[in-house]
Amino acid sequence: MDDLVQLESVLAAQIESANDEAAIEAVRIAALGKKGSISEKLKSLGSMSPEERQLQGPAINGLKNRITEALTARRNALKDAAISVRLEKEKVDVTLPVRAAPAERGRIHPISQVIDEITAIFADMGFSIAEGPDIETDYYNFTALNFPEGHPAREMHDTFFFNPDENGERRVLRTHTSPVQIRTMENQKPPIRIVIPGKTYRMDSDATHSPMFHQVEGLVIDKSANVANMKWVLEEFCKAFFEVPSLKMRFRPSYFPFTEPSLEVDIQCDRSGKEVKFGEGSDWMEILGCGMVHPNVLRAGGLDPDEYQGFAWGMGIDRIAMLKYGMPDLRAFFDADVRWLQHYGFRPLDMPTLFGGLSA
Amino acid sequence: MKFTLSWLKDHLETEASLEEIVDSLTRIGLEVEHLDDKSALRPFVIAKVLTASRHPDADKLQVLTVDTGDGKPLQVVCGAPNARAGLIGAFAAPGTYVPGIDLTLSVGKIRGVESHGMMCSERELQMSDEHNGIIDLPADAPVGTSFAAYAGLNDPVIEINLTPNRPDCTSVYGIARDLAAAGLGKLRNGPIVPVQGAGPALVDVHLDLGDDTHLCPGFAWRTVKGVKNGHSPQWLQQRLIAIGLRPINALVDITNYLTFDRGRPLHVFDADKVSGNLTVRRGREGEQILGLNGKEYRLGPDNVVIADADGVESIGGIMGGEYSGCDENTTNVVIESALWDAMNIARTGRTLGIITDARYRFERGVDPEFMIPGLELATQLVLDFCGGTPSEAKVIGYKGHTPKIVQFPASEVKRLTGIDVPAETSLDILSRLGFKPQGSGELVDVVIPSWRPDIDGKADLVEEVMRIHGVDQIDPQPLLSHAAVNGKILTTLQIRTRNARRALASRGMMEAVTWSFISEASAKAFGGGQSELKLANPIAADMSDMRPSLLPGLLAAAQRNADRGFNDLALFEVSGTYEGNTPDAQRRVAAGVRRGTAKLEGSGRHWSGNIGSVGVFDAKADALAVLEACGAPIDKLQIESGGPAWYHPGRSGTIKLGPKVILGTFGEFHPKTLETLDVSGSLCGFEVFIDAIPEPKRKATRTKPALNLSDFQIVRRDFAFVVDKAVEAGAIVRAALAGDKKLITGVQVFDLFEGASLGAEKKSVAIEVAIQPVERTLTDEDLEALTKRIVESVGKQTGGVLRG
Repeated sequence: MDDLVQLESVLAAQIESANDEAAIEAVRIAALGKKGSISEKLKSLGSMSPEERQLQGPAINGLKNRITEALTARRNALKDAAISVRLEKEKVDVTLPVRAAPAERGRIHPISQVIDEITAIFADMGFSIAEGPDIETDYYNFTALNFPEGHPAREMHDTFFFNPDENGERRVLRTHTSPVQIRTMENQKPPIRIVIPGKTYRMDSDATHSPMFHQVEGLVIDKSANVANMKWVLEEFCKAFFEVPSLKMRFRPSYFPFTEPSLEVDIQCDRSGKEVKFGEGSDWMEILGCGMVHPNVLRAGGLDPDEYQGFAWGMGIDRIAMLKYGMPDLRAFFDADVRWLQHYGFRPLDMPTLFGGLSA
Repeated sequence: MKFTLSWLKDHLETEASLEEIVDSLTRIGLEVEHLDDKSALRPFVIAKVLTASRHPDADKLQVLTVDTGDGKPLQVVCGAPNARAGLIGAFAAPGTYVPGIDLTLSVGKIRGVESHGMMCSERELQMSDEHNGIIDLPADAPVGTSFAAYAGLNDPVIEINLTPNRPDCTSVYGIARDLAAAGLGKLRNGPIVPVQGAGPALVDVHLDLGDDTHLCPGFAWRTVKGVKNGHSPQWLQQRLIAIGLRPINALVDITNYLTFDRGRPLHVFDADKVSGNLTVRRGREGEQILGLNGKEYRLGPDNVVIADADGVESIGGIMGGEYSGCDENTTNVVIESALWDAMNIARTGRTLGIITDARYRFERGVDPEFMIPGLELATQLVLDFCGGTPSEAKVIGYKGHTPKIVQFPASEVKRLTGIDVPAETSLDILSRLGFKPQGSGELVDVVIPSWRPDIDGKADLVEEVMRIHGVDQIDPQPLLSHAAVNGKILTTLQIRTRNARRALASRGMMEAVTWSFISEASAKAFGGGQSELKLANPIAADMSDMRPSLLPGLLAAAQRNADRGFNDLALFEVSGTYEGNTPDAQRRVAAGVRRGTAKLEGSGRHWSGNIGSVGVFDAKADALAVLEACGAPIDKLQIESGGPAWYHPGRSGTIKLGPKVILGTFGEFHPKTLETLDVSGSLCGFEVFIDAIPEPKRKATRTKPALNLSDFQIVRRDFAFVVDKAVEAGAIVRAALAGDKKLITGVQVFDLFEGASLGAEKKSVAIEVAIQPVERTLTDEDLEALTKRIVESVGKQTGGVLRG
């Protein structure tokens, strides 16, 4: 028995000092291989007396099991140590910066974003989006919209004209999106509910005027649409657009050639602080013009003003974008300065929806 | 349009407060743009100079003690020559803002002597230009009380933003009429009593306009002999000053006063300076007149003038001439009250660049029925202020006013506005505004007053009722929805436009909005510059031509950013370009430009590896991404080498669908194009014609095609073909795909190699072919046969041979 104890302590020492897989394997073969020291002991059981075997058998098998376990434990320990070494070697400096994702770098221009916001709101109210050409005829831009001959807007100092064609007709860059009202009436029977966003042009240039700017026009025509409905639509729109729970609006009688009655609309705001706040305060800010479509405009669109009626409104997209998001100067909208776009632009995945909040 | 509160009250008997009046004005459509309640003049008090002595260190200054009424005399240093003991004037204490010098006073030392305030001149209080001395009031002026109240300077000034349809409210009287109709008081509308004139006028007037009598539909005048033209009364001068006019002399002040008081522009000629009689006629080419403003104007037949034997004396309805104007020596005058054609006045005013209060009114429309009363009122004021003997009044050309009559169904108010206004109420409002309803009931003929040329139809009358009854009386009513859940709202083009924007922004590009008009040189460099797309009146020389492409604007924008030190940037725009001047010639295009190293993955230097310069493949990837986002049939697109002339001929491509439809172009730019645009740097760009992408086929259901997954493993085989350098990789891919249309599911180009070992004119293109067995696992023989077919196909189509 003493030799078993000794063998075990020798093997244990060998296992302990084995520092790689090969050394462990050598110990295993030396102990448990065909001619291994433990195997030899097991073989010797056959030549023992039953009494001796009964004594030696469990002792030798016990030794075998313990050595096997010790080998496995050592092997696992070595493996773990090797993994640790490898992992240590593989360590990197995770504070190194990664490149920003393209979708994080890209920007949507505020004008496009605001058009999408407007679209989301009016689509919810059952309006479609209509569009029309930037280069218009005098008829669609002025005559059909009840602009009298000699109206100042028809002069060169307000409106961009093209050179006269062979018939002497001068086309214009549309001064408003209203020509699309006529084009829509010509092509679609009422009921009509459209909004018309688009580019418009006037001979103007300062911090709040630009020779090219963007307007959104709305048109509702059916057999009953009236000023009361118009007030509702515009109040609902302004509340939704400026994302305030309530907003006082002031409708003032005014004048436009293409509406009768005509109104201008101011919204309640607070200009006392650095930023203009909407829906509170005691100041008023003019935001849009509107009115009942003038009978002459309905006639120009091929509709009988005693049968059909409706309302229209128009406002500056750039202007309401400036008001909502606080850009100070309109000219910067068209300069494509990447610093401005980065700051005032919107992320491509910031899609305005009503269910998600327009800008939230 | 400006007026003062006291002036308004000449015509409006009212107990209403200033605030009520201002609110009502805005409420009825006469938007108050500015209100000066004159509180700024409140701190100025009447003060008496007790003593005046020479300043010890300055010859021209005096040291005053001034009694401001509280019994504690103040020391004030004053430089006015008329400052003296006993003078009573207007005093401003330290802390007072003095408008005429735009300064807030403080206690100061003037040459070593403390000064506790200031005795003011008229100019310092913006009462007049007088600055030769300080204000010198009568001995009975009450010391210690408000100077503004004493001098009548506390009259609030109201300025309204008048819409162009309301000529009737270019007069204080007309505004009072509107306010009275709105319930703010009673209009003082007493009759205007004609002046008893005698004898013929000293000067006769003839109309010489041929058939164009509409240019001057009436001319009334009379002469007054023996006038004395001095200053107009203080109250009148103060009103003119309050609204920003300079008092000149009584005769001129009367015409200015009535222009604002009654909206009735007038002119007064010095009769002794008129040579012979006056004729109203068209101007003659080259005729000139020196206007009352001291400027010379060149006239022509499009202008209507009043001329005498020596030439033009007045531009009718716009401005009188300097020569026959009235001054302090004038003794005999011609008072003119005439009617002019609104359109002609507007055009003449614009072409001559003259803005006057007369033009402002005539181009909007002056009440024809007030021509003669206006003359009478003016004559009375001349007699009151200047004396003299009036001739009889004369009128030529006036055929009288035929009033418009509009049929007014009272129900129209409800139909258009949604509010119930009883018929009687509507008719009462109209009557108060001067309309004359003929009878009562549901359908009434309404006679339109002569001062309302803007009223044409029943909608106009609805507006009158609505604005006086009150827009705020109309409660919002929901516009009922057509459907519970709205269907698709946007058109395919609108959806594609939105998708293109979001797709490009997702690729790290920033959306720009650039001008629709560009320089002629830029337009021509991109195939534009047609005459029908040139503006006749561009706002700047380099904004003259409608853009044929979005690229020049984006390239210029990229350069502007580079000039600011931002070299690596990617911009895009989705907007219109113009191939002609008709609606269908306006295209919808998505375009982008990358500059420097602004690639999809990032730009510039980075520890993980630097990014190289942008090139044709970056632009190609952008273009294809847009097409994909817009739902173009990507697998059917063909890429052809080369693009329009503004691109690098060897580094550009055209994306086509079939032989005719061009969906886009991409590439690096031609050096000459960049030179023309004056831009530089590594640049690439693309354009995708969104409107050319065909509409997707409408499908009966939204069901996607069934997914058939093969049970057999996919096999990949690599091939390297040596071909002539000119052979396009696209051709090799197509040829390989043609090897077996059923089994080959994809071909990737994974390596390109050029080298001396291949020969100078050769290159090697390596492809990986994906083979998807369908019915059974392929045997070695099957694969060998397929390989052979691929090699043969490539060899036949491109001349390529397997690389040894």
